[in-house]
Amino acid sequence: MTIIKTNNLTKKFGKFTALNQVNLEVNEGEVYGFIGPNGAGKSTTIRLLLGMMKATEGEAKIFGLDAWKDAVDIHKRIAYVPGDVHLWPNLTGGEVIDLFIKLRGDGNKSRREEMIERFKLDPSKKCRTYSKGNRQKVALVAAFASDADLYILDEPTSGLDPLMERVFQECVIAAKNDGKSILLSSHILSEVEKLCDRVGIIREGKMIETGTLGDLRHLTRTNLLVETKLPIIGLSELKGVYSIEVKNRTFSFQVDSEYLDSIVRHVSQFGIVRLESAPPTLEDLFMRHYEGVGGAF
Amino acid sequence: MSKKLYRHTGVLVRFLLSQNRLRIPIWIIALVLITFSTASSFSELYQTPEERQAIAQTMLNPAMTAMVGYSNGLDNYTNGAMMAHQMLLFTAIAVAIMSILLVARHTRTEEEDGQIEMIRSFPVGRLSNLSATVLMVGVTNVLLALVTGFGLYILGIESMDLEGSLIYGAGLGATGIFFAAITAVFAQLSENSRGTIGLSFAFLVLAYLIRAVGDVGNETLSWFSPLGILINAEVYVHNYWSPIILLVGLAILLISIALYLNAIRDLDAGFIPSKPGRTNASSLLQTPIGLALRIQRTGLIAWAIGMLLLGASYGSVLGDLESFFKDVELMEALIKPVEGFTLTEQFMPMLMTVMAMFCTVPTLLVVFKLKGEEKKNHTEHLLSRVVSRSRTMGSYFIISIIVSFGMLLLAVVGLWSASVAVMEDAISFSTMFSAAMVYLPAMWTMIGLSILLIGLFPQFSGFTWLYFVYSFVVVYLGGLLQFPDWMSKLSPYGHIPHLPVEEMDFMPVSILAIIAIVLIIVGFATYNRRDILG
Repeated sequence: MTIIKTNNLTKKFGKFTALNQVNLEVNEGEVYGFIGPNGAGKSTTIRLLLGMMKATEGEAKIFGLDAWKDAVDIHKRIAYVPGDVHLWPNLTGGEVIDLFIKLRGDGNKSRREEMIERFKLDPSKKCRTYSKGNRQKVALVAAFASDADLYILDEPTSGLDPLMERVFQECVIAAKNDGKSILLSSHILSEVEKLCDRVGIIREGKMIETGTLGDLRHLTRTNLLVETKLPIIGLSELKGVYSIEVKNRTFSFQVDSEYLDSIVRHVSQFGIVRLESAPPTLEDLFMRHYEGVGGAF
Repeated sequence: MSKKLYRHTGVLVRFLLSQNRLRIPIWIIALVLITFSTASSFSELYQTPEERQAIAQTMLNPAMTAMVGYSNGLDNYTNGAMMAHQMLLFTAIAVAIMSILLVARHTRTEEEDGQIEMIRSFPVGRLSNLSATVLMVGVTNVLLALVTGFGLYILGIESMDLEGSLIYGAGLGATGIFFAAITAVFAQLSENSRGTIGLSFAFLVLAYLIRAVGDVGNETLSWFSPLGILINAEVYVHNYWSPIILLVGLAILLISIALYLNAIRDLDAGFIPSKPGRTNASSLLQTPIGLALRIQRTGLIAWAIGMLLLGASYGSVLGDLESFFKDVELMEALIKPVEGFTLTEQFMPMLMTVMAMFCTVPTLLVVFKLKGEEKKNHTEHLLSRVVSRSRTMGSYFIISIIVSFGMLLLAVVGLWSASVAVMEDAISFSTMFSAAMVYLPAMWTMIGLSILLIGLFPQFSGFTWLYFVYSFVVVYLGGLLQFPDWMSKLSPYGHIPHLPVEEMDFMPVSILAIIAIVLIIVGFATYNRRDILG
């Protein structure tokens, strides 16, 4: 069953087109990674999904209801965590969590305590004293303490430390195992890779790629840096090798993941002294994609 | 060793002065201008001893003494005595506020923001920042004292001699230095800037109240307040230096305490432990309207007290109104005499206009909080949950309606209770009540306008304040400045019948109410349709 479905969703601010015919589909029980650089339109899409903004063209449906018209009904089953959590400086974290749980509907007292414990939040402190990470924890505790069917998470871990990031990932996996759906907006590729079943990439307001991680992986290249005893011959003729740079006996180049095996075999004939590989960054992914589009930008 | 504690204090003083190269001159110029212009306007307004003595008569009641302070000069109310009696206390409070804000800013606020940490990482003494701040504020106050003192003397007003003028200036400076010192102590005690400023202002209010009680009843009590000590210098009457010296001495003692406390404490630590807040929300807080109330609680309470005091301060002069106005042509221009009504009753409509306009400010602030919340990305927390836009806007709307009524009621209660105490032939509460409440439709029109703009053109909603200022100028000062009638008719306040002098006219009031309702409906409808930015 489709939980979120947008149909040619377009949002213009005056002459500027923030979103251009975005089609996005999140199915029940799946974690959908929504990735793209800052300013690509992730937050605008989420604002439209939450009914905070009205689409210029196209439509967005959640649970089969219209995101704009039926916002209040939809929100009974949604938990949302903004990327930049702004709280009331003179309320305590605990007060804000209670308020949030109450505003969504009935909350679960024991879940609230459990989440506060897991995220190691001190709920008796005023929000003005919280760091960015702690404010994010307030929103995360309120979200995961509620019994939502859909979680919309907009860059929820940008201020969390690695330990808390792991707690967050556990919470997402637990929610998924309970059959919940999750829209996770992020630009941290490793997090998306770990958690998401399907991924959509947005850039300059357009969805440029969407599919399972396996589908997308064909786009990714690994960066290799190799130093050999003998100079490598015939590297440029191999399939799946790009952007070769040579410095003395050190070769750095990019490799399509599917040809990795044959390339490493070839290179090893020359006596490997040093071999470093770097996973593809989101930037690599984008760069690769634009090369593929061929001068579209 | 002790020298190391103050290393580079001089560098920091220069650094602080350059940071405040605009702020300090603006404070000094503003304070000095107010002092000079009041002094010369007093001498122009009241040219004969008889006129001054008439004013002195109006001051002979406990309410006035509580408000402006006790004076030994009422028997011979010279220009100087009048100046010291009516202006010294309020100017000193303004100087105290200047010192509190300057010291708090450069001590606890900078410590909280992390600038002190940066400074302290350099080879700078542990006490350098505090002593530099105190020195800077001290220099500011000495400068203010000298300019005020010599300036008042140079104005050449009769009875304002050199010694009196110097004590006047020194009194202001000493008060400023005293409050700088007490703020420096509070900056050590409290561990955040809100606490520092809050404690300092609470001390200022307490000092004012202790002096008020002391001046009315028990003179010894006044000596327990720095403001009471200041009054006891009896400037331009007896010219005592000893209270000034006492204030400076106390300030030096307080500064030593502050330095000691600063030397023994950790960075970012305070001596008053911050108590943990509530871990759970009260049931009131857990609704949109409860949240809206909670985040405006402190402000609304302050406004409520302010409105009560505003009413009371107007009420306390009503008893002497008749004698007061006889000599003042200015006020005659404001109030056109009407047969069959006392001057006090004729004064009512103008008083009510002013009070209604003051009460409009907190009312509009409530509505504009909604826009402020959107700007701070707080409304998304409501709208992304099961809260409709109408309910969000409605929370602020309902509170603003209640505030419009409540503030007006408090002002009337203050006015009436004070007037009963000072008038022989008091005006009934119901007369005052209806004369005030008749302004509600005008206030609701202002609410309607702000709701409409927040819904339709949020970026232009500040226009409401412009319109409000226009209303204030044309309706309040219109009579005085001889504006044509149509100008005040452009403001909702210009259509309100002047009870109790005029008959009640339901027509304009009902039309205003209808206009308000239409504006509000359109505002809600458009708010439901537009993009919410945060």
